[in-house]
Amino acid sequence: MTEYTGLYQRLYRTRVPILWWLRRRSYLAFVVRELSSVFVAWAVVFLLLLAHAVASGPRQYQSFLAWSAAPWVLTVNAVALALVVYHAVTWFNVAPQALVLRVRGRRVPARVVAGLHYGLWALVSAVVAWIVI
Amino acid sequence: MPDTIAVDVTRYRPDRDDRPTTQRYEIPLRKEWTVLDGLNYVKDRVDGTLSYRWSCRMGICGSCGMTIDGDPKLACETFLTDHRPGPVRVEPLHNFPVIRDLVVELTDFMAKLPRAKPWLVTDSDKPPPDAEYRQTPAEMDEYKQYSMCINCMLCYAACPVYGLERDFLGPALIALAQRYNLDSRDHGADERLEVVSAPEGVWDCTFVGECSRACPKGVDPAGAIQRYKVTAAKETLRSLLLPWGRR
Amino acid sequence: MTTRRPVEPVLWLAFSAGGMLSALLVPVLLLLFGLAFPLGLLPAPDHAHLHALVRSPVTRLVLLALTVLALFHAAHRLRYTVRDGLQLKRLERLVDALCYGGAVAGSALAAYLLATIS
Repeated sequence: MTEYTGLYQRLYRTRVPILWWLRRRSYLAFVVRELSSVFVAWAVVFLLLLAHAVASGPRQYQSFLAWSAAPWVLTVNAVALALVVYHAVTWFNVAPQALVLRVRGRRVPARVVAGLHYGLWALVSAVVAWIVI
Repeated sequence: MPDTIAVDVTRYRPDRDDRPTTQRYEIPLRKEWTVLDGLNYVKDRVDGTLSYRWSCRMGICGSCGMTIDGDPKLACETFLTDHRPGPVRVEPLHNFPVIRDLVVELTDFMAKLPRAKPWLVTDSDKPPPDAEYRQTPAEMDEYKQYSMCINCMLCYAACPVYGLERDFLGPALIALAQRYNLDSRDHGADERLEVVSAPEGVWDCTFVGECSRACPKGVDPAGAIQRYKVTAAKETLRSLLLPWGRR
Repeated sequence: MTTRRPVEPVLWLAFSAGGMLSALLVPVLLLLFGLAFPLGLLPAPDHAHLHALVRSPVTRLVLLALTVLALFHAAHRLRYTVRDGLQLKRLERLVDALCYGGAVAGSALAAYLLATIS
């Protein structure tokens, strides 16, 4: 499709290595960020299992609580929590790049946009905690 | 501060080499010298066969993009003292085929560039204006950031997706499309939408963000791409939900 | 050059909404139900309270939206990570089918579970 300049035969092309994402810290951070979505999915499944246990009755709810106190479940959830928080932080930090706002002709600074997201996060978390507890 | 620093420069001579090699040169370490100054010293006094692109030596022409100690940088904006004690690795820009030494083949970008229609598209319904276009400072502000691109290709070198997906249009091209889309004098947003919202346009981008980190002019191509995703999504929803609506 | 596929923007919107909603809601919920209550750091809410909460149509709607969007968010991100990270572009159709298919299956299951809560 592209027309090369006639030097085609002698061009040296490097193949992208399979572990390209280990070559730079920023690439690795990117892949971790993307894989955090798997733990988001796990968290959502965990919450659905909880909802199902609650709906099934007090005994099932208690046994769900006991199960979630098992060491391996706690470990998975601790790791999941760390990665879910990482997802949230990286999401809010890049939001200003995608969301360009202008108020009265002047651009809203990036840290204000990010700050608004963090504020919303704090508010929603407080409300949810208050409802649940 | 020592007198000299070593630079390990990639050499590739297609007439005699099968693959690139590295050649070390000792160059003076002066506090005002950039990598470009070092390369010019090598070419003038040590090894005239070294090939590389450069022009303005002040970060505006976009010619001297290279990979310096693993990062895509303009050689004229990278100070040797920042890479003490060396040796400083100087390689050709990543993700592009190498023609010779530090010179890379940019035809892929040049061939894709016209598809973004990087010019003011006039409103064909109206006759050409008989006076100049007028634009307020606020209107210029909308696209000014994206007009700062010097086509240095550092963003393409930084982008892992461009290295993997041969058809990806890339950061600078989409940022340039945005530069015209957001220009109040332009009427080409619809035409550009077709190109840029193809799968090899914005949808290949996974917002790694390295392009914006590499950009020496603060263009923020990653932001341009994400904003374009929003635009394309809004346009798709509009055409799905209101197919009879006219833009 | 390929033609526009209207499904890509819609998938991206689902990914985007899922990312935002999960970033806002999941951390606190996982902190409470995944760590705080099982470890006894906070007293676990009694069954009656949670049951009333889960039965409410608002809660069920929010949970459904969160589940569907979070699953599509994960499917979308996983799809691109597998395509780029493992360089499996040639298996693109299979990867897409597995990722979004999984999200659809999970969403259907969630919808069934949430609809049958009494």
